[in-house]
Amino acid sequence: MMSQISPDPSARAAHIAEFSARHRLRWLEALPWIAAIAAYFIFPNYLALGAQILAIILFVLSLDLVLGYAGIVTLGHAAFFGVGAYTAGMLAANGWGEPVSGLLAGGVVAAVVGLVSGAIVLRTSGLTLLMQTLVVAAMLYEFANKAHRFTGGADGLQGMEMWPIFGSFRFDMFGNTAYLYCLAVLFLCWAAARNVVHSSFGRSLTGIRENVGRMHAIGAPVARRKLIIYTFSAALAGIAGGLIAQTTQFVGLGVLNLERSGMALIMLIIGGVGQLYGAFIGVPLYMIAQDRFAEADPTYWYFWIGLSLIFIVVFLRGGVFGVVERLFGRGKSP
Amino acid sequence: MSDLWASIISIGFHGLALAMVLYLISVGLSVTMGLMGFVNLAHGAFAMIGGYLMTSLMSRYNVPFALALLAAVVAVILISLVLERLLYRRLYGGDELDQVLMTMGLIFISIASVTYIWGPITQPMQPPPALSGQIDLGFRTFPTYRTFLIVCGAVLVTLLWLTLERTRFGAQVRAAVDNLRMAQTIGINTSRLFAITFALGSGLAALGGALGAEILPITTFYAMDNLIYFLIVVAIGGLGSIRGPFFAALLIGVSDTAFKYIAPELGAFFIYALTMAILLWFPRGIFGRT
Amino acid sequence: MALKRVLFGLVSVAAAGMSQASAQTVKIGWINSYSGFLAQAGDQMEKGLNLYIKLHSKDLPPGVKVEFVRRDDTAAPEVGKRAAQELITRERVQLLMGIVASPVAAAVAPLTAEAKVPLVITNAGGVSIPRISPYVVRFSFTQWHTALPIGTWAVKQGWKRGFSAVADFIPGHDAEGAFVKGFTDAGGQMLGTVRFPPATADYAPFVQRIKDAKPDVAFVWVPAGPAATAILKAIKDLGVREAGINVVSTHDLLPDEELPNIGAFGAGLVTAGNYSTMGVRPANQAFLKAWNEEYKGKAIPNFTSVAAWDAAHAVFEMIKTTRGKFTGDEAMKFFSAWKDPNSPRGPIAIDPATRDIIQDIYIRRAEMKDGKLINTDIDTIKAVKDPWKELNPPK
Repeated sequence: MMSQISPDPSARAAHIAEFSARHRLRWLEALPWIAAIAAYFIFPNYLALGAQILAIILFVLSLDLVLGYAGIVTLGHAAFFGVGAYTAGMLAANGWGEPVSGLLAGGVVAAVVGLVSGAIVLRTSGLTLLMQTLVVAAMLYEFANKAHRFTGGADGLQGMEMWPIFGSFRFDMFGNTAYLYCLAVLFLCWAAARNVVHSSFGRSLTGIRENVGRMHAIGAPVARRKLIIYTFSAALAGIAGGLIAQTTQFVGLGVLNLERSGMALIMLIIGGVGQLYGAFIGVPLYMIAQDRFAEADPTYWYFWIGLSLIFIVVFLRGGVFGVVERLFGRGKSP
Repeated sequence: MSDLWASIISIGFHGLALAMVLYLISVGLSVTMGLMGFVNLAHGAFAMIGGYLMTSLMSRYNVPFALALLAAVVAVILISLVLERLLYRRLYGGDELDQVLMTMGLIFISIASVTYIWGPITQPMQPPPALSGQIDLGFRTFPTYRTFLIVCGAVLVTLLWLTLERTRFGAQVRAAVDNLRMAQTIGINTSRLFAITFALGSGLAALGGALGAEILPITTFYAMDNLIYFLIVVAIGGLGSIRGPFFAALLIGVSDTAFKYIAPELGAFFIYALTMAILLWFPRGIFGRT
Repeated sequence: MALKRVLFGLVSVAAAGMSQASAQTVKIGWINSYSGFLAQAGDQMEKGLNLYIKLHSKDLPPGVKVEFVRRDDTAAPEVGKRAAQELITRERVQLLMGIVASPVAAAVAPLTAEAKVPLVITNAGGVSIPRISPYVVRFSFTQWHTALPIGTWAVKQGWKRGFSAVADFIPGHDAEGAFVKGFTDAGGQMLGTVRFPPATADYAPFVQRIKDAKPDVAFVWVPAGPAATAILKAIKDLGVREAGINVVSTHDLLPDEELPNIGAFGAGLVTAGNYSTMGVRPANQAFLKAWNEEYKGKAIPNFTSVAAWDAAHAVFEMIKTTRGKFTGDEAMKFFSAWKDPNSPRGPIAIDPATRDIIQDIYIRRAEMKDGKLINTDIDTIKAVKDPWKELNPPK
């Protein structure tokens, strides 16, 4: 990637200038938000689905931070999503239905789980790391399954009662409130993530992903940085889980399973890894397609998703973003 | 006290049967991961297809047990050879993420395919009458089929060990696992080695899946549901070895059964905690090579 | 925001009103488990519904049509809840039907109250589900219908010490509670209970616990389907019955479609249930004839199929009576007063106080006849209302 810098000094200067200016907002970045607000008015019957999509975008965005920016290949990210969901859910099921504080609680608890598990598993790499992330998620799944006095176990968490947001905006089954709530939360979290990514901390993550040895050599605190982004990402994933719990008023074991982690990975790959916006493309594409095609007969859905995945990996490296960038001839952005 | 012993023996026995099934399925994964450095999450799909083929040959077409088993294994070997050539080959030495994704895609395709062909319902498995019921081993009786499983497992471990240690093919595999570049420079045709090892590993998985259909039932989500068990056996046992997964499978099989007996409320939690602990001390697995 | 909500509310009401005024097509949301560990029960239920629709669509009044919008809940409550929500808000169904798994029904029930859309349950047996919302009516059974009588019966056989092993989710818990109540009230003593994960495959460790406890009678409960054959295999392999332990259960252990797989080992097992293909009554004979014509021996009906059939009958009659134009409240009023003396399982009725089913319960012993395993009735308890609700009146 970085090796695409040409030896020609003026081209190099232009490239570096563009690189340094990346943190500034470009008009293209307003598109997702405009689209989301437009969707609110154009598709009033689909707002429940829309709210889900927004929450999952946040989840997949959090995955992008660890996978796309720090290069940590994890199959257990649903652990943090699920922890956030159950935290927010259990609060609401036990009398505390205030949404915002429930959401924050979900984020905090997920961050703690991320910090503790990260401190243990991030020492490893490759297959061992993959395994450890899988195992952490599996342990949490079993725990949620067995602690059914608190979580409802296989029956799911029943009895969640959400209070209206700020006392006035009630959650209804058509999803009006839920959609705007998820949109606002996604916006705030995205802004935070964007800041992180474009900060010097974020740049160093790219370095860690591309060439760990050299990062060690220049004295960067690699382990600590990885842990920080892992924890931050866990917090965001936890908030996303809390959003799902609060807007559906239900938490089932599916928030913690392998399929959840795998699907997030797939959605990110479809959109494009490490571009910050891969989630914004991959998630709606996937979830809307699933809504259209998978409802009555999921069999064909699995087949096409599997086929698409293989196709993307073998032929369409970089997902939608990769395709777009190849079409428009820009160098791959770090 | 003798009651306690009876329970312990019974649990140990069932754990051993589970261990054999896990081993048969996972040993191929361990060798191919050690040999090709390829994260094949779809390995369980081969076991699953083996199970589907054998059970449907037996129940729908009344093919005898041994023949159905052989047919299932051969079919899966062929399928795996085709897949290796078409897909896996492209990603050798590639990015780990790509391998994870491609094999995840294969898992989904496998789920869809078996649902399409065989429907969503679990495949019933009826062992042949000769292997049903109980067998009297003198001091107590044991379920015949589970005994058969254990014997099969032991025989296959021995065969594998002999192949690896005593044949030229085995020597080539060992060389390639130790140092791929060197093996290539001394003239070993590594790409053919990969294909054969992959096929053998998949065939063993099919064998394990088919034989173990009572213990790990043949469902459409088999490859995904059991993935973590296979990966745990391989990760704990160490990549590229056939000895490692054996002991790992023993550990996992017996512990899992024991924990389910001692504390059914806690389920598989202990297995995962155990795995995590072992991987912390032995990141390359207990028998892993550097 | 409030103004928008008022406008939106007005539009919805107007749309609903309009759709009722020209209601030639009744849209019914059908939620079933097409995949997941309950897929077999789902398949049985689907066949029962489809058979009824095929035979009786012509009985609808002219101009009235019924459209079923089907969704898979994969036996996961969050998926089922989302499906129900979409059926209500997007498809605008007038009625929800189906649901195999109690956790799914429990998750969907609150939605029915908010939307005033009736839910006609054709399987899920969780006892408290009809109490979650006044728009829920159930045509199948509860675990208390079947497990409590078997507990009482067991003690009458002189089996005083019992043990129970059940699947660890709502219906399993209900079954355990019901058996224990019936057993202990009749004078029995429970030595212990064990619960195993709902989707368990290898029952050996749990069945070992039964053997170790050495009870006179063991009550096992698994969701009807392949799990029944699997746990019976474990019971056979570990020689539980040979060790002198009697095994009883509800009809979930010996569902009609699994009897061929279970075979001779099942002989002697006693279960309590609400339907058996061996039931001798004209309605059952007619049902079986229609079933075999349609499915040509490739499927065997069980209690789930019959529940779907009975529910479809009630729904179609309601549509006939109202000519397809009904509010949720009108539908519920109809269902609450429902009586059908000619169900394939015997006479059934809905209890208006609880919106749960009243039906005859049969104690049956399995035996081999002409080389096939069948359930033979040895006792009948007439017109059983859900015992749990009788014992636990609403506060």
